[in-house]
Amino acid sequence: MKFNFSGEQEEFRTNLRRFLAEKSPSKEVRRLMETDAGWERDGWRKMNQELGLTAVCIPEAYGGHGFGFGELGIVLEEMGRALLCAPYFSTAVLAAGAILNAGTEAQKQALLPGIASGDIIATLASTEDGGSWDAAATTLVATPSGDGYQLDGHKSFVLDGHTADLIVVLGLAGDAGLSFFTVAGDAAGLDRRLLKTMDPTRKMARLTFSSVQAKLLGEAGAAAAPFAKTMTEAAVCLANEMVGGAERLREDALAYAKMRMQFGRAIASFQSMKHKSADMLLEVELAKSAAYYAAAALDDGDSDVTAVASLAKACVSDTYMQTAIHAIQIHGGIGFTWDNDTHLWFKRAKSSEVLFGDAGYHREQMMRHWGAAA
Amino acid sequence: MSELSENTIRAEVRAWLDANWDPELGLVEWRNKLADSGWGVPHWPRGWYGRDLPAGLVPVVEEEFQRIGAIGTAKAGIRTLAAATILAHGTDLHKEKFLRRILTGEDTWCQLFSEPGSGSDVAGAVTRAELRGNQWVVNGQKVWTTSAHHAHWGLLLARTDWDKTKHAGLSYFIIDMHQPGVTVQPLRQMNGHASFNQVFLTDAAVQPEFLVADVGDGWAVTTTTLMHERRGADALRSWAMGSDGKGRAYDEERVEIVTTMEPYKWYPQRAGRVDLILDRARETGGIDDPAIRQEIAKLLILSKSAEWTARRARTAEEQGRPQGPEGSLGKLVSSHVARAASRVHTQLSGADALLTGEDSPMGGVIAEIFVSVPATSIAGGTDEIQRNIIAERVLRMPKEHSVDTGKPFRDVPRNTVS
Repeated sequence: MKFNFSGEQEEFRTNLRRFLAEKSPSKEVRRLMETDAGWERDGWRKMNQELGLTAVCIPEAYGGHGFGFGELGIVLEEMGRALLCAPYFSTAVLAAGAILNAGTEAQKQALLPGIASGDIIATLASTEDGGSWDAAATTLVATPSGDGYQLDGHKSFVLDGHTADLIVVLGLAGDAGLSFFTVAGDAAGLDRRLLKTMDPTRKMARLTFSSVQAKLLGEAGAAAAPFAKTMTEAAVCLANEMVGGAERLREDALAYAKMRMQFGRAIASFQSMKHKSADMLLEVELAKSAAYYAAAALDDGDSDVTAVASLAKACVSDTYMQTAIHAIQIHGGIGFTWDNDTHLWFKRAKSSEVLFGDAGYHREQMMRHWGAAA
Repeated sequence: MSELSENTIRAEVRAWLDANWDPELGLVEWRNKLADSGWGVPHWPRGWYGRDLPAGLVPVVEEEFQRIGAIGTAKAGIRTLAAATILAHGTDLHKEKFLRRILTGEDTWCQLFSEPGSGSDVAGAVTRAELRGNQWVVNGQKVWTTSAHHAHWGLLLARTDWDKTKHAGLSYFIIDMHQPGVTVQPLRQMNGHASFNQVFLTDAAVQPEFLVADVGDGWAVTTTTLMHERRGADALRSWAMGSDGKGRAYDEERVEIVTTMEPYKWYPQRAGRVDLILDRARETGGIDDPAIRQEIAKLLILSKSAEWTARRARTAEEQGRPQGPEGSLGKLVSSHVARAASRVHTQLSGADALLTGEDSPMGGVIAEIFVSVPATSIAGGTDEIQRNIIAERVLRMPKEHSVDTGKPFRDVPRNTVS
């Protein structure tokens, strides 16, 4: 459903929004973002027991609910709106996606139910120090060892990499080439360092692998296509998370403009504010259309879904950041203070803008699909 | 239930078309049959050429017309606005006199609202209508009047009371355009076309029974017309295409379409021609320039997301759900798309963008984009007015402080009439 949500989906969204407003007020966001972990297992467990959110997009055969990216997009949009501090994106989108796309039947049976229930926190480690989002930049080396492999090298910008129980790692298995591996979070030889992130609500780690024992996920040398698919899904999911944040910023800035009095009148009565607010609405609605369309394109298996995913990521990256800039501006001086909440979403906008490739990168990806030379 | 009535309606219209449609009829003769049968405008009232059909079932009738290529009632141009306004506010005399000839296409109409001194502020009209003896006498100047040069009738907004406030002093008339007091001159635009007219009204006469609604109620009637204009804007954007069918009715319809669509022939260029971008990029080699590729991508992202936003609004409407804010944004976003497209076409054309007409790419089409796009953000409500509307009606922000309410219109500062 590219252009509308069903009644059930709308109801799901309403319940979720209520739940998250209660569990993740900005006070709670501020408390968790100051911790090293960035989230707490109690709250995570409760969220999964009550709403089964990590299970949403995992097939029923592996302990999930078997919904599609439409529903996953709703979850992410609402989490982005509430700025929820939880290892959801890393676990439910990246790790679950990579395992679904690359794993053997037996591996899916073994790994996914724990993720679906929320017992296992997982992530995907693909990017390295160079910061490239392309698999071609991979240097981590995997050497056959016993009935598995031994990993040597490093990964960086790994979402929740310091707290994950299970890490899916992208590496090079000798002549076979690009392959996925799974590693336990507490494996011997794995050093995990929390990175200082500009957005404190999105924790990342640098991982050093020194002869770390790993299991192959899927077949050796067969990771390129499933990795690309996982990144397409990640771009779409992130776009949906971002429009939730953008909408929240827009609404908060509008509410503030209606309340803030200067020169004896609400600043919302100034035409400069009205026009800015109209432009913000327009941009956020266009961004929503792109994000929703892309999620539905994944569910429909559209042939141009990689281009559509890049379109959505590029569109929303620009919009979320621009909306955040406008929101700070509308708040004026108070918007630049630590106590005001606007900067929390501003920083999430910045981290989301860059994560998995910025707008320029995705515009070029899109053009490679649609704009091929004659 | 709806399944049943849909099938009933389909069977009924099909039987009627089988018995009556004949491409060798004259266009007017055929449309008179449509008017009498109620199948031409089935959602109109029974007493007035319709069948009181719910709007949801109209597409069923249209499908049956399309299935056999039967021609419908005359729909293009201002005449549909005239019909909607007359149905809502007109007297039986108006309906009797005008509706049938609107449907047959025998009469064309124009809209006399905008003036040189009142563009965005349509209610600030200063064209004056005075009752002299048993007749309204009209003096003033109207502008941006599409089809005025061939229109039989005009929808006229004029001021009848200067001591009342701005909106309360207006009245709405139907004026005969073929009379000595009405002079029509073409208005040449910056792109060289003259799709509109200026209309000079000098002691032009209006019969008293051609007042629509009461004296002083002109603004309410105008709002009805404008509402239908906005609703019909999408229909206008889709190009009216004649059928290539054989027969007298088809021949006459093709002539009608040429006349009706003549003022709109540059409208595709006005919208920026995003459809040409990729072909032009390949043709010019711009497709290999990384900087231009980024700009093309930005444009395509904007145009696709705008298209999908319109689809969201339309889907909500079709499902009978209230539209979200996405329904109010189409006009504003189309300006962004047009401007972005014009920029990218310029980048792709390089020095060729200096030329026009047959010396320029695509026989002048590209050049026409550059000089037509500025109309997009002005016509039918400027971008600035659109933003005010979005801010006030969708976002519920405070209304503009106004200095002309509450005082007699004669005391309101306005442009001097030359």
